[in-house]
Amino acid sequence: MTFDIDIDDLAVRYRELQRRVHPDKFANASDQDRRLSLQTTALINEGFHILKDPVQRGRYLLSLRGIDLGEETDTTMDPAFLLEQMEMREALEEVRQADNSHKQLAELANRINQRLDETIGKFRRAFAEDSPEGAGQARNAVREMQFLEKMRREIDNLEEELI
Amino acid sequence: MALFQISEPGQTPAPHERRFAVGIDLGTTNSLVACVRSGVAETLPDGQGRHLLPSVVRYRADGEPVVGHEAIAVAHEDPFNTIASVKRLMGRGIEDVRKLGQSLPYEFSRGDSAMPRIRTVAGDQSPVAVSAEILKTLKLRATESLGVAIGDAVITVPAYFDDAQRQATKDAARLAGINVLRLLSEPTAAAVAYGLDKNPQGIYAIYDLGGGTFDISLLRLNRGVFEVMATAGDSALGGDDMDHVIAEWIMREAGIKDDADHRQMRRLLRDARAAKEMLTGAERATLSIQRDNNSHWEGVLTRAHLNTLVDPLIDRTLPPCKRVLRDAGIRANAVDGVVLVGGATRMPRVREKVSKFFGREPLADIDPDKVVAIGAALQADVLIGNKRDEEMLLLDVIPLSLGLEIMGGMVEKIIPRNTTIPVTKAQDFTTFKDGQTALLIHVVQGERELVSDCRSLARFELRGIPPMVAGAARIRVSFQIDADGLLSVSAKEMTTGVESSVVVKPSYGLTDSEIEHMLRDSITHAREDEEARQLREQQVDADRLIEAVQRALSADGALLDSKERAEIDRELDGLISARAENDVSRIKRAIKALDSATQTFAARRMDANIRLALAGHKLEEFDTSGDKPTS
Repeated sequence: MTFDIDIDDLAVRYRELQRRVHPDKFANASDQDRRLSLQTTALINEGFHILKDPVQRGRYLLSLRGIDLGEETDTTMDPAFLLEQMEMREALEEVRQADNSHKQLAELANRINQRLDETIGKFRRAFAEDSPEGAGQARNAVREMQFLEKMRREIDNLEEELI
Repeated sequence: MALFQISEPGQTPAPHERRFAVGIDLGTTNSLVACVRSGVAETLPDGQGRHLLPSVVRYRADGEPVVGHEAIAVAHEDPFNTIASVKRLMGRGIEDVRKLGQSLPYEFSRGDSAMPRIRTVAGDQSPVAVSAEILKTLKLRATESLGVAIGDAVITVPAYFDDAQRQATKDAARLAGINVLRLLSEPTAAAVAYGLDKNPQGIYAIYDLGGGTFDISLLRLNRGVFEVMATAGDSALGGDDMDHVIAEWIMREAGIKDDADHRQMRRLLRDARAAKEMLTGAERATLSIQRDNNSHWEGVLTRAHLNTLVDPLIDRTLPPCKRVLRDAGIRANAVDGVVLVGGATRMPRVREKVSKFFGREPLADIDPDKVVAIGAALQADVLIGNKRDEEMLLLDVIPLSLGLEIMGGMVEKIIPRNTTIPVTKAQDFTTFKDGQTALLIHVVQGERELVSDCRSLARFELRGIPPMVAGAARIRVSFQIDADGLLSVSAKEMTTGVESSVVVKPSYGLTDSEIEHMLRDSITHAREDEEARQLREQQVDADRLIEAVQRALSADGALLDSKERAEIDRELDGLISARAENDVSRIKRAIKALDSATQTFAARRMDANIRLALAGHKLEEFDTSGDKPTS
């Protein structure tokens, strides 16, 4: 099991599955078949959704190894990372007031994307190790990825406001 | 609904029997019905050769409502009882209606639900009932032109329609006695009509400016698979608004006061529309307006001036265009083609602005009024089973995020917009009081953070939670959105496994019992015995199931051992003989028995399908990094 997958190939397989189980193929079928087709298609959609997104895929891969992210019970994070997050958040607030907000927002988005790529790299290496230390590092990486994702969504929202 | 031709009990129906199902474009201004005949999809005209049915219904004190041209002809004489643009009211609440304000010259009354009702001489009418009249007229037209009773249809809705609006559309179909094979989004239908599925791949923008709604969608096509990448729009913007700004201009120029009565307003709108349509080909249009005091006003509207009047409206279509590009993560130059839909796209100014925005000339060789109905007819033909090996597959997305109300009137999103449907999502809840046995869940749709800024879809009450201490219960609520974009909810208490009952109270829709009531009351059904109706419905269901099981057995009978096969055969024979007798409850029981006997078979067939799709692939193939699989 490795982290990297061929996204194009994933899409091809996804469509192959859809072609066979989608509710449109069962428009004339019994209620039972229609229900089953609906459930199966929803499951396939969810699977595709998880696998195509690196953060969700990472989280899912960890769950297959029985590693729980434990967001609800364990809220400790690397202090340096938290500090960086606070600093990014402040930057986002400043963008709102800035004159050249579009340019600043683009710069911030670039920075987040770069940090996401780095963290994905960190996860990839840690996950490949398959050791207790690796597992811990992979777990932290996924949690950091989730923080960064959230930040990226906020940037998206602000961008929408500014249109 | 005598669509299924019944063979003698025990006999298999002919495998390639030709059936008819229609495509219906239920539009704000005009509606159409289309069907595939001899391999060609075409819209069906009425007895006088007219294809477009104006979406206008006139209620009368005595007699059935009048729909279409005949209703429009007298609209200005009888404005309160003549209902136009009812699509704008579908799935809307009384508050939304107030916002639409002056553009709708009817009188509203509040019914029992939050759904507004229009006061007419034939009683208060819900928008669903008005739409059902339009659908009935189209159904009758199809039945007359095709010479067979038509019961199945694909009905199109704007891609941007929320759950309440889709549900209202489906309810209208039910009232009209139409079985909806699929609610298809209008842009997808347009893409199907243009045969874009024949292209190997590409990204297309569908710009749809109709009478009352604007939609912009990006579709990705890949070897016959349509995927909606993103969709946006404005469900209260269209050609009607252009007529209004022109009418207002005429009023200013002709010195007609703002308090013009409904009749005069109708006449003005008619003249405004005529001028707008004329200016599609001509550079100037002469207007002759009758004032109230019987004097006339003569004036000229040039295309250049028309442009300045409508530019603010056309410009409102551009931010949604930007948004879909951004949602899909592409630039305008990545779009391989632009398709124009809707009568308002005939306007040269619209074409000009669209060409400029996307940097290419849009496709417009199919009549923009008919393109959606034609696409719907093509899809209906596939769904009814006339093209068995058809590769076309239409994948849709949910247009607006689905969320739940949490503390402080905030929204927690559970399914983000543009998620491919069908989709299911489970969310766990707990009780906050000791011994609490019920829970209220408020579902909303929209992108904003506050509940009050989103559209309320429904309130669900979960009852029958076993009494426990606060926080001990774990109630898993599953939200399911089907291929039509319609939401359903189920709930289960996880620690005890007790199923909670879900009581749905749609915020703007009709409850099931209201619809049942309307069905009973409707003129069509009053003529026949209630029991006869039930029997016919059960027989249709039975025939559908018998045929489906027979088809499944002949295709995949090999998946069963002889004992399982014998059981299914027994229940199948049971249903066939129950069908032959006129006993509603016996047919119901036999349907249930056959349904449960085929449960394992159905699951096995689905698994076999999936295995077939994955055949020849090993899980390791999904790895491309070159590393050895670690587990």
